Amino acid sequence: MNIEGVDKSKRQFLTSALTVVGAVGTGYIAVPFLAQMQPSTKAMAAGAPVTVDISKMEPGQLIRVAWRGKPVWLLNRTPEVLETLKTLDDQLRDPQSSESIQPVYTKNPTRALKPEIFVAVGLCTHLGCSPTFRPEIAPADLGPDWKGGFFCPCHGSWFDLAGRVFRGVPAPTNLEIPPYRYISETQIIIGEDTVETSV
Amino acid sequence: MKTNRWTDCGNWVLDRFPLTKFWNEHMAHYYAPKNFNFWYFFGSLALLVLVNQFVTGILLTMNYKPDAKLAFDSVEYIMREVHWGWLIRYMHSTGASAFFIVIYLHMFRGLLYGSFKQPRELIWIFGMLLFVALMAEAFMGYLLPWGQMSYWGAQVIISLFSAIPVVGEELSLWIRGDYVVSDATLNRFFAFHVIAVPLVLVLLVLLHIIALHEVGSNNPDGIDIKKHKDANGIPLDGIPFHPYYTVKDLVGYAVFMFFFAVVIFYMPELGGFFLEHANFIPADPLKTPEHIAPVWYFTPFYAILRAVPDKFAGVIAMGGSIVVLFLLPWLDRSEVRSIRYRGGIYKKALLLFVISFIGLGYLGTQPATPSATAVARVLTAIYFGFFLLMPIYTRWEKTKPVPDRLTEQPSLEDRIPDLVETFNEVTVKTEGKSGLFSRKLNYQGLSAVSIRFLKRIKGSLD
Repeated sequence: MNIEGVDKSKRQFLTSALTVVGAVGTGYIAVPFLAQMQPSTKAMAAGAPVTVDISKMEPGQLIRVAWRGKPVWLLNRTPEVLETLKTLDDQLRDPQSSESIQPVYTKNPTRALKPEIFVAVGLCTHLGCSPTFRPEIAPADLGPDWKGGFFCPCHGSWFDLAGRVFRGVPAPTNLEIPPYRYISETQIIIGEDTVETSV
Repeated sequence: MKTNRWTDCGNWVLDRFPLTKFWNEHMAHYYAPKNFNFWYFFGSLALLVLVNQFVTGILLTMNYKPDAKLAFDSVEYIMREVHWGWLIRYMHSTGASAFFIVIYLHMFRGLLYGSFKQPRELIWIFGMLLFVALMAEAFMGYLLPWGQMSYWGAQVIISLFSAIPVVGEELSLWIRGDYVVSDATLNRFFAFHVIAVPLVLVLLVLLHIIALHEVGSNNPDGIDIKKHKDANGIPLDGIPFHPYYTVKDLVGYAVFMFFFAVVIFYMPELGGFFLEHANFIPADPLKTPEHIAPVWYFTPFYAILRAVPDKFAGVIAMGGSIVVLFLLPWLDRSEVRSIRYRGGIYKKALLLFVISFIGLGYLGTQPATPSATAVARVLTAIYFGFFLLMPIYTRWEKTKPVPDRLTEQPSLEDRIPDLVETFNEVTVKTEGKSGLFSRKLNYQGLSAVSIRFLKRIKGSLD
């Protein structure tokens, strides 16, 4: 028999202590439950570099290759295109690519190791659609100001042929450029470079 | 005696399980207002569609394979080789669209008659949670056929999360389970679509109905029927849900199933609105289709996303367009519930809202041209204006006096003499012919009737 009455503070302490222990336990079990949804080690290991032969590319031609499941574009740019690129700066959101993702060695006006060959991840920086390649000048549906570039059909973002984003469209930054290097005059390896750092 | 044994058996269960209590509380002794109209079909129809989705969904899982290599072909296998597979799949895909039609009309009923207003705020909140869960369910289900629209739709929607500052990139990676939408994404979406979200839906439906039955149903007059009760404590304007409304809802079921069957058997793709053409091409991670658009029920929100020329702000606007619906019970400051007694300003605002919602829905299916984007911006402003200005204009409005008891509305039968008269006015009898086709259109009568009709619409907006 209890003759001292109920000690409520003791009960309160036990309730609080049990709540804390329960919360910690829940927290611990939540970690594996949530972490199992992370990319698996297999998914993380996938993504080996891809070698591309560019010797057969025609001027103005775009080829798509898959790297880490993403589309990567290689575009052979003509001298006219390279001239046009210089005239667009005032219409672009980030003409110097200072807020965009690319390796340091492509942070230049043409965004490429060699100006003729442009390499980029073909996913819009807005919501990840793959923009369409529209090299023609002033087509009917895109208007007279179109100087050739990439148009994202999903939300109407525009990029020039160096993957630089125009002002007033939803995409915030220029197209991402993957690490890459030339292993010979005619071969590019994507996903690997000599310089470790990227900006 | 045999009957006695059955009764004994029944009593044995009833002594141990509150079946009678449950039945009475929610059906036989649940008193609903006696004046429910057309708009009150859609709650029970939503339940019918939910059952349809469960049954057909379970059958589909028996042949579907949630594997990026096999998924597309397994859906075609269901369509071509499984006995009646085409019917089950079309019932499921049409059911998804029907679900949203029914739910949008159900929500619109709430806007018409103020069903979200005090004391039914919590019913509205549970309903909105149901709507969000339903959108998640539909979105994840759409990935499963692994067609081009499935793939790129999922890519876009998951990328929405990457717009969140700081944790966004990590979060979208966690949702996908890979650096791009892949087999891992398909597999987990299958798990969510088939197990997790359906459980949440069932739970929320229960909460929605329990909350409704606690405070009682609203009605087209927006009047509390519990104010006037008879000697037994039964509302004078109430009728038991069973058998009155169970029978009424059965009529609704029959009409609904007629339209449902027409779509399933004659136009299962509904011109690309219910099943998009690009989804008959297997997913290709290297190429986005020329024109991508979500299924029609997401297009209003998608158009809002596209209307904003900034990634993060666009995602906020799209999320906000749904969040703002949750706040409705607290945005509306009007004294009355039903549109029948509201002032003209709410009616006009609601009309503008409906126009903007349908307009955005249309624009969301169209390519993002500059002029379309400009229109979408105006409609987005109207959409948000309807909600955010509501505390102001609902306080201003001059409401009409609300009657004490439910009003009598003319039934369809009462309207027949009027309709006959209108028919006589818009047609003239021609000589020498008999029967229904003996009458010809009378243009003067037609214009007089149309003008009267438009004046009445204009009058009803005041």
